[in-house]
Amino acid sequence: MATPVVLYETEYEQLKRAITRLCSDANAKFVFLVDRSGQQIASHGEMLNLDTTSLASLTAGNVAATDGLAHLIGERGFPVLSHEGERDNLHISIIAARVILVVIFDVRSSLGLVRLRVKRATAEMTSIFDLIDSKVERDRDLGMSLESPFAEITEEDIDALFN
Amino acid sequence: MTFINYASREINCKIVYYGPGLGGKTTNLQYIYDSTAAQAKGKLISLATETDRTLFFDFLPLDLGTVRGFKTRFHLYTVPGQVFYDASRKLILKGVDGMVFVADSQRERMDANVESLFNLELNLKQHGYDLMKVPYVLQLNKRDLPNVVSTADLTAELHRKGEPVFEGVANRGVGVFDTLKAIAKQVLLELRKDGSG
Repeated sequence: MATPVVLYETEYEQLKRAITRLCSDANAKFVFLVDRSGQQIASHGEMLNLDTTSLASLTAGNVAATDGLAHLIGERGFPVLSHEGERDNLHISIIAARVILVVIFDVRSSLGLVRLRVKRATAEMTSIFDLIDSKVERDRDLGMSLESPFAEITEEDIDALFN
Repeated sequence: MTFINYASREINCKIVYYGPGLGGKTTNLQYIYDSTAAQAKGKLISLATETDRTLFFDFLPLDLGTVRGFKTRFHLYTVPGQVFYDASRKLILKGVDGMVFVADSQRERMDANVESLFNLELNLKQHGYDLMKVPYVLQLNKRDLPNVVSTADLTAELHRKGEPVFEGVANRGVGVFDTLKAIAKQVLLELRKDGSG
């Protein structure tokens, strides 16, 4: 089975700051980070009733399907996707080859501004994800094991979830 | 791929229901959705055709509760069972933590079961997974129908590695939660082993 993806508090706060700034700089309604398998990482914005879990899953599905289309025509992928609606628009891009950045914006912003701000935020967030990778690698090289919150889990713990 | 968020103290796991077309994968999710308290579930999303056949996937986020101080979330997905949707099926397997194979017990669907299981092994391999190592549960669905293969014969044909096997009648909920519990248990116990990252 694949190694779990781990996100620590320090990097989570850094990512939160980055997307908060992006949301403000791009004059966007909502900014959202999701991993390629559909798990949400962080979000910021004014759309309070947005179903972020569904958004994460559908975004990952959308990106996966578009990647599939790209491969069919001999492309490595489409790193940026843009969907234009009557009121709101979606800008979807890939960060560090494994995380999806979604920006929702309306007439108060523009595709050009969003693209520009996303480019800058991408560089910042890529370095945060590189930091996470190097942290995990360093620990592994030192033979340190990442502390799994479930290292001590028992079958009784799991049974209790279903009772 | 399990996602452990220390900041929000959450663990998210992805479980995929696989199997031949019209075998009851979506029905499993629908039953879980209908029987779960509102606060423990998100929206059930179905990307389906006009005739209600799964086109891309169904998705149900489930909040199981707290273990060791971490919120435990399971994301349940189904794949489209129809043979020609293989490209879509493959995409859904990305980052999977556990698999449920929903077999159709009817005699005339035996070949479809075997073909789908073979397809699962192949598609997992393309993502770098080995069915023998992935948490896995087999559900023999539609046991209430008259023309079913015996449980022993079906198990003998579809069993791969000593995985738990459950008889099911998904539209009435029989075996649905037993299956879910068995796969959740395997996935969470796997995290105990994966502590080394």
